[in-house]
Amino acid sequence: MANNLYSDAYDWTNQCVKCGYCLPACPTYESMGVESASPRGRINLVKMAAEGKIDFQKDLAEPIDLCLGCRACETACPVGVPYGHILEAAKEAIENSPSTIQKNKMNKIKKLALVHLFPYPKRMNRIGSAVQFYQKTGLSKLIRSLNVLQKVSPALAHLEQALPAIETSSKRIRTGTIMPAKGETKLKVAFFAGCIMDSMMSRINRLTIELLTLAGCEVILPENQNCCGALHSHQGETKQAKALAKRNIQAFMQSDADVIVNNAGGCGASLLEYGHLLADDHEWAGAARAFSEKSKDISQILHQLGPLPFTEEWQGIVSYQDSCHLRNVQKVQKEPRLLLQSIPGVSYVEMEGFDRCCASGGIYNLLHFDESMKILDEKMKNLKDTKATTVVTVNPGCQMQMSIGIQREGAANQIKSMHLVEILAKACGLD
Amino acid sequence: MEKEALDDLRQVIPDDRMFLDLAERYCYSYDASFGEYLPEIVIQPKNAKEISEVIKLANTHKIPVYPRGSGTSLSGGPLPVKGGMVLDMTLLRDKLIIDRENMLAIVSPGVITANIHKKAEEAGLFYPPDPSSSNVATIGGNLLENSSGPKGLKYGTTKEYVIGMEVVTPTGEIIRTGGKTVKNVTGYDLTRLIVGSEGTLGIVTEAIIRLIPKPQSKQTFVAHFNHLIDSGHAITSILSSGILPSALELMDNACIRAVESYRPSGLPLQAEAILIIEIDGHPLAIEEEINKCADICTAEGASYVKIAETEEERQTIWSARKSVSPAITQMGPTKISEDATVPRSQIPAMMERLNTIREKYGLNLVVFGHAGDGNLHPNIITDKRNITEMKKVELAVSEIFEAAIELGGTLSGEHGIGTLKSPYMEMELGITGVNMMKKIKEAWDPNNILNPGKIFPDKGQTRVVLVT
Ligand SMILES: Cc1cc2nc3c(=O)[nH]c(=O)nc-3n(C[C@H](O)[C@H](O)[C@H](O)COP(=O)(O)OP(=O)(O)OC[C@H]3O[C@@H](n4cnc5c(N)ncnc54)[C@H](O)[C@@H]3O)c2cc1C
Ligand code: SF4
Ligand code: SF4
Repeated sequence: MANNLYSDAYDWTNQCVKCGYCLPACPTYESMGVESASPRGRINLVKMAAEGKIDFQKDLAEPIDLCLGCRACETACPVGVPYGHILEAAKEAIENSPSTIQKNKMNKIKKLALVHLFPYPKRMNRIGSAVQFYQKTGLSKLIRSLNVLQKVSPALAHLEQALPAIETSSKRIRTGTIMPAKGETKLKVAFFAGCIMDSMMSRINRLTIELLTLAGCEVILPENQNCCGALHSHQGETKQAKALAKRNIQAFMQSDADVIVNNAGGCGASLLEYGHLLADDHEWAGAARAFSEKSKDISQILHQLGPLPFTEEWQGIVSYQDSCHLRNVQKVQKEPRLLLQSIPGVSYVEMEGFDRCCASGGIYNLLHFDESMKILDEKMKNLKDTKATTVVTVNPGCQMQMSIGIQREGAANQIKSMHLVEILAKACGLD
Repeated sequence: MEKEALDDLRQVIPDDRMFLDLAERYCYSYDASFGEYLPEIVIQPKNAKEISEVIKLANTHKIPVYPRGSGTSLSGGPLPVKGGMVLDMTLLRDKLIIDRENMLAIVSPGVITANIHKKAEEAGLFYPPDPSSSNVATIGGNLLENSSGPKGLKYGTTKEYVIGMEVVTPTGEIIRTGGKTVKNVTGYDLTRLIVGSEGTLGIVTEAIIRLIPKPQSKQTFVAHFNHLIDSGHAITSILSSGILPSALELMDNACIRAVESYRPSGLPLQAEAILIIEIDGHPLAIEEEINKCADICTAEGASYVKIAETEEERQTIWSARKSVSPAITQMGPTKISEDATVPRSQIPAMMERLNTIREKYGLNLVVFGHAGDGNLHPNIITDKRNITEMKKVELAVSEIFEAAIELGGTLSGEHGIGTLKSPYMEMELGITGVNMMKKIKEAWDPNNILNPGKIFPDKGQTRVVLVT
């Protein structure tokens, strides 16, 4: 059973001194109130499974599945237990262990999407176009008014409502394109478009590129790039994650960009960990490390090159919800805040619990709808206390989750959820 | 678990707060110390009435009951060493009332201690006991371990603040001890008896704790010493000069080195000791006192003294002290953390003894702690998979306790006896002393239901066994 990765994970679990410092940071421990939903509990269960005291499928799978993967525990841990790595190794081991119980149906849907959808940009684009068609034709309005989705799956219904309006594909910037800087070229960057971002949120991608050129970047959109593989690693599909990583490394290392920029916290974290993912692969380890070192979040670059040439005033209070992977893995916390505060007219109010996961967690909100909503509803109370009219995130999942939360509160007329790039672009007169 | 007992328990506790599956039980099989014991069942009660009924059933069916807060005990306090039932108290957290007029807080046992600190401060008040686990540990756990931290020197430990409790007895009755008055001499002081009893004499379901006015301000300084013995003299001189710092912390050379290699911050690698001293009170008074302390340190041979001028500088000084624990865990996977305590005049002598022990066994032993009250934390860093070394650790631990007691000190300043120090109880209290305590336990808990296997050694057990 214990393959190499898993035996590494066993050593990592032994680093845990069970001090419990991670407990207050964990959203699922707070919402579920049992030790098995805490980081300390999960780490210990992984250890117990490795020692053969409990069964991977029967005992370990569920507690691990209920983890958001937000990695707030890792930031809180005084001894630096690499929880994220333990989690992924555990998922892989569970995935590969002989099944003693029937895997549920959601698992099949999940697999289908992971194996046949996200890795293929063309397929993702087709979905994007389909959704756009669906929104354009008014079909969505009809479906909403009939409330069918709600009956089929409340999780999907929520997601459908939170989907942003999708741009026509003619506006989408094609890979292979090089966009010159406006004015002096300060930096050459290669843009990582991402799979969901590229298909469903191409508008944000377009605005990202425009902002970058405005700030003095020459932007390259390397061809043959694909999904970052985050969802795959998170679901224990390590092999596929590695294959995707290699394709990306190849695609990007050919460009002579100084930096690889992304605009989705989750993808960014995954790019940053290619070095770790391929550490044992002699052929790729070096390139993977170099790739990870070059990878940066959009807020870091815009802040570094700033101030941005703002042309419009913003009205109202703005608050910021950290994306966990941006905050806890990439350790980017101040740049998005400074950028927001630099927008003329913005009054910035910090929200209580801003560092707490919104429970979007990749596709956690689909897989564990009730648990996710419990955590989200708590967050919405904090958001309301700020009296903000705009809540900003740097990750598509978080942004949609915020929209879902706002709708659940019936506050769609008072609060809007935006990506950092959208609000900055608006204030710069782009759009 | 027998079916009959289980059926009875089901009448009292709903299924979603009762856990029988293996994964869940393993999650309550540990604390922050050593050892792993699998309970047969885990129950999450919500109020005193449920607990009372559960305890009565436990007496009927002779099931051991192990109360548990956040499981941060360093001495094995909540470990279910005889199987049975873990009673997870963390759902009892609905009450946290600050009574400003009477300067009290009324709290449920599962409330996290840091929340009490926060709420008290919001009301301009102060709850001094500050274990470094306060963001995680429950007030219930603090009470039963009689926890404290750096502020113990000036403000005392948890027991100085608890004045009343609601308790479920080991036979399942609900009683009240003490009350809301600071003065209370009615009968035996059961409150004090239960506080620090490590969950062996009752289950606390509510506590009334005393608050004091929040000190107006504080100042901090750090002093480096090239000779450990000088730092010891500095401590005694400061305390005998009539100044009572709110914290007086010590780090030895091994700690300094560990912290520097973990998170370099310019600590003096050659120094044998660092003292961190904090004074709180009226701004004018502390200004004078802090300067006087600094002068004393210089006079006693400090090579460097720095008074923090900004909050940032203050944080920098403290961050070195706070990095000690994480820093030393980088030195090896197993950390045996002791808290032998000596009268403060004996600190230099104790440090000498620890040095001898370190050399005799060739162990990785570092010392830090709350020097102001003589509460030292000798920590041995090792790897429990190294059996030969672990055997040496067992001997070294015994010698540490012997040293503490010979110097007029005690086995534990704040972490409790639990499973780890029970073999040494007679060494400190004598046979009669231990028997007196056992009689109390037997009178309260005739069926030995509540937290059996703690504090008192098993027959023939003479020293700690870390590996077998
Ligand atoms: C990193 C770290 C730092 C620490 N620093 C300090 C420090 O500075 N000072 C200090 O004093 N301690 C310290 N400790 C030890 C520990 O945090 C304390 O002993 C704490 O009080 C335990 O609280 P808990 O809620 O985790 O209780 P647990 O560990 O769960 O239980 C402790 C004991 O209390 C009993 N118990 C818990 N709740 C109840 C209840 N309601 N009724 C009856 N019995 C109950 C249990 O049976 C057990 O015997 C530290 C621990 C760690 C891991
Ligand atoms: S904070 Fe780190 S060492 Fe402590 S229990 Fe959590 S993972 Fe383990
Ligand atoms: S990753 Fe997030 S949800 Fe999972 S254990 Fe850590 S803090 Fe909890």
